[in-house]
Amino acid sequence: MSRFKSKKSKGSPAINTSSLPDIIFMLLFFFMVTTVMREVTLKVKTKLPQATEIQKLEKKSLVSYIYIGPPVKSALYGTNSRIQLNDTFATIDNIQEFVAKEREDRDEADKKFITTSLKVDGLTKMGIVSDVKQELRKAGALKINYSTRKGKKEKR
Amino acid sequence: MAIKASPEINAGSMADIAFLLLIFFLVTTTMDVDTGITRKLPPPVENNEEDIDVKDRNVLKILVNSQDRLLVDGRPGDISQLKYKVIDFITPHPGNDEYPEVTTKHIDQLNMDITISKGIVSLKNDRGTSYDMYIQVQNELAAGFNELKDRFSMEMFGQKYSALIDNDKIDAVNAAVPVAISEAEPEDIGGK
Repeated sequence: MSRFKSKKSKGSPAINTSSLPDIIFMLLFFFMVTTVMREVTLKVKTKLPQATEIQKLEKKSLVSYIYIGPPVKSALYGTNSRIQLNDTFATIDNIQEFVAKEREDRDEADKKFITTSLKVDGLTKMGIVSDVKQELRKAGALKINYSTRKGKKEKR
Repeated sequence: MAIKASPEINAGSMADIAFLLLIFFLVTTTMDVDTGITRKLPPPVENNEEDIDVKDRNVLKILVNSQDRLLVDGRPGDISQLKYKVIDFITPHPGNDEYPEVTTKHIDQLNMDITISKGIVSLKNDRGTSYDMYIQVQNELAAGFNELKDRFSMEMFGQKYSALIDNDKIDAVNAAVPVAISEAEPEDIGGK
């Protein structure tokens, strides 16, 4: 009996927490490495349409983005869809220049693998998108990707 | 001795500091992968006069107007039926005048001749078509072609197209089921 008594009196020992910071640091490094900071501040709303037959875009460093949608500050810029390249609003004429600049930034070997990802708001009219596509054709950026979310199509 | 040994630094709050940083990165992380429908634009043409004549029966015309309505082969169509229409149209039907012509193509990877359809899906939209509708149509077309690729792949390799790993097999399927979608320049009928 005395044996059992002595065990009870001890109580649970304190858990050694000295390795806790190490564990937390491990998690921290994981998130630090996987984090991709947003490069551009979006000036246009892009609520992407949904689709089911989608492919993943690989090699993010080889993707250049074109945003098209209604401006976030609609009081200032109106509600008509605008094109955004990098951090500023742009017009159709800027696209060839943009493509040329994106090409310059990449290595010689990677130039032909550049994909242009079109992030376009679902409510945008096709006119502006077609204009952009024509400009991309002229600029020779033929690989494009219509950015969409995964999911069933929704009826509007 | 006047100088004492330096006292141990209390590392108890280390975990808290690390937690703080961790939470910051947790909040700022966006794990989303970019997904979308990949298409290849045709290279620019030098002069527009040079139109390529394609026989009428080889073309499945899909028109989308500014009210987001569909016209498939001259008849009003529904988006839910588009996929099956494409599958039906592109599947080779030798000797049937209702369907596009067929041709035999030698697939190097398989070292055999495959009957493939000469059909082309022609998509034309208005400048007033919404992007959402356009993507839905593109999605249905892609679904149709993916289904055809799956069928061919199942027949040849007993695997779905998406499950294929061997690059030769993927190339073979892509050669046997070419994604023939032609996009015409949009028209401005419906206005903005």
